[in-house]
Amino acid sequence: MKPNNNPPVIGLFITCLADLYRPEVGFATIKLLEQAGCRVEVPEQQTCCGQPAFNSGDFSTSADIARQTIAALDGYAYVVAPSGSCISMLHHYPELFDDQDPWKARAESLKARAYEITSFLVDVLHAELPNQPYSGTVTYHDSCSGLRELGIKQQPRQLLAQLEGVELKEMEESETCCGFGGTFCVKYPDISNRMVSNKTDNIVNAGAKTLLGGDLGCLLNMAGKLQRQGHAVEVRHVVEVLAGMTDQPALGETQSSIKAG
Amino acid sequence: MQITSPDFKDNARIALQDVGLQKALGNVKTGFPHKRAAAIARLPEFEQLRDEARDLKNHIIEHLDLYLEAFEAKVLENGGHVHWCRTADEARQTILKICQDKQARTVTKGKSMVTEEINLNEYLEANGVTPVETDLGEYILQLRGEHPSHIIAPAIHLNLEDVSETFHAHHHKPKSMDPAVLMQEAREELRTKFVAADVGITGANFLVAETGSSIIVTNEGNGDLTQTLPKTHIVVTSIEKVVPTLEDMTLFLRLLARSATGQEFTVYNTLSTGPRRPGDQDGPEDYHVVLVDNGRSDMIASELREMLRCIRCAACMNHCPVYGAIGGHSYGWVYPGPMGSVLTPQMIGIEQAALLPNASTFCGKCESVCPVRIPLPKLMRHWRRDEFEKHLTPGAARWGLGVWSFVARRPALYRQLTRIGSRVLRSLAGKKGRISKLPLASGWTDGREMPAPSGKTFMQQWQEQQKARQSS
Repeated sequence: MKPNNNPPVIGLFITCLADLYRPEVGFATIKLLEQAGCRVEVPEQQTCCGQPAFNSGDFSTSADIARQTIAALDGYAYVVAPSGSCISMLHHYPELFDDQDPWKARAESLKARAYEITSFLVDVLHAELPNQPYSGTVTYHDSCSGLRELGIKQQPRQLLAQLEGVELKEMEESETCCGFGGTFCVKYPDISNRMVSNKTDNIVNAGAKTLLGGDLGCLLNMAGKLQRQGHAVEVRHVVEVLAGMTDQPALGETQSSIKAG
Repeated sequence: MQITSPDFKDNARIALQDVGLQKALGNVKTGFPHKRAAAIARLPEFEQLRDEARDLKNHIIEHLDLYLEAFEAKVLENGGHVHWCRTADEARQTILKICQDKQARTVTKGKSMVTEEINLNEYLEANGVTPVETDLGEYILQLRGEHPSHIIAPAIHLNLEDVSETFHAHHHKPKSMDPAVLMQEAREELRTKFVAADVGITGANFLVAETGSSIIVTNEGNGDLTQTLPKTHIVVTSIEKVVPTLEDMTLFLRLLARSATGQEFTVYNTLSTGPRRPGDQDGPEDYHVVLVDNGRSDMIASELREMLRCIRCAACMNHCPVYGAIGGHSYGWVYPGPMGSVLTPQMIGIEQAALLPNASTFCGKCESVCPVRIPLPKLMRHWRRDEFEKHLTPGAARWGLGVWSFVARRPALYRQLTRIGSRVLRSLAGKKGRISKLPLASGWTDGREMPAPSGKTFMQQWQEQQKARQSS
């Protein structure tokens, strides 16, 4: 860790899926940020970014949640989340307010400060990671929002390349949607199922031990399908590997040492 | 044609189980996108051309009246006729009237999605005029009584076996699986029709205001025979196809061929400028342009305005993972894929078409390949908003969204419920790390496992850590 007398204070936007499904992702994100010399706080008043409402056409609820989130994340030099999808949603906030609305400027301010974790580490901090004991082959799924709305493609790969034990085996069509799509996967289960099956074919063919990605929605979808199909590929959020926090079981796996409650 | 967009989910389910269709769709996925990528790699200024095309289209839409009137003036000057049609019905009647004035019995047709949009073939047939499709794909579909499933490759949902059987049934010749033999059969059948036709109907890829020309691009040459052999040529097209100059047209031609089929240039690029002049070796005696509005001028004043930039290249559907899984017929009307999910609600009403703009993961691939940079996900979201605000959202989804948004706007309540949720899901998973069957979430668990949380939310663990830090 670099000594820093005046570290930037980061507001962690944990995201609803990491909060509920994968707290480890939050702790790994904090560890990565602290290693890079940042101080991290977790604002209390955050819930979800509002994307389910936005993409369901409920713009009024989306604006309510945007105001709540903007207020919760006020004052931080940067806002970082372990998700390209949720950060993309934060970047959509200005669209929810008229030009005269004072919330518009606040939304623009948040947009300028909000980063997905791998992009923040590479593009803003130019971080050098301490090596981690993790060793194995990985393949990487490019989640759509991060890839196409935020331009996240090389950042996670650059970070993974810094770890000596990690060997990246690219899958075919790593940029093709996995079929999650938020509410899409339950509104159109048949189509979603086909899309995720195409995806798992490519994952398995890559021949890597672990599937990594930057968005839990996609990862839960792909992990659930791989497990239903009986494949042994383990699935983790990329920050778990980057932070060397792979002791806990992968998504959907269990260990007797981990107990409920 | 019959609208089946309200049955989109059933259509999709059937399509997913259709072995032949799935085989045919495999060709879309591997064919067009790879060819497009290779063509673009050979043109370093492609991205810049996209910007230019977007800006030029925006300019045209801003001054659409000006360019259309300039186009009309030139067509009249060249000795042609222009018909302005507000609705599909007006367009059909106008076309029929021209055919009847010429006492036409058969008309040959080049490929045209606008004539699909206005349901022209059925109307002509019902009124005693026989339309003959001359594009190979369209010809096959006409024999089969089907509609296009793709806007540039209408029969992409079929395999060679299907074509072989269809030709065998209609041409009364020995069955063949050789594409060259089948092509020759179609050629022989069509040649007599080309010569016999009283009227030729084509669409237009672009209209050129500067010269009063219409242009069609094809890879078969059928359009040329359709528009030069009969005595009357009717161009049926829509108002947003106009471009200012020939030079502008070439910008769009460069983008169109590469985006559509990955060709540098389409094989036949055929301009029609008015009827045959004295001394011309061929060409029609009469030249008509039927300009169809059918809701487009309403789009100028709406959030859908950007959709009028569309040049019908089909790159959006060629790259769409949803289209790739279910094919074009599932969408239930003329225009499939992402561009169709934006256009169809405008043309048949959101009440019938609401399932289409919802059938997207918003993966954004369509927007990333659109040659005129139409923000297709944003426009699909516009329709979702329209649906929500008109209270058309299905009850269960609306109720679920209502409960969720009530909770998401109350952080303290949200914290409590996510704590409970994490524990409940953990206990449902039992000793496994995942849940195989979850009531109310069968849409998820029918096809996949639900990885279970660890039993404590991040916020819970974080707060416990903070407290422990403070007390130590």
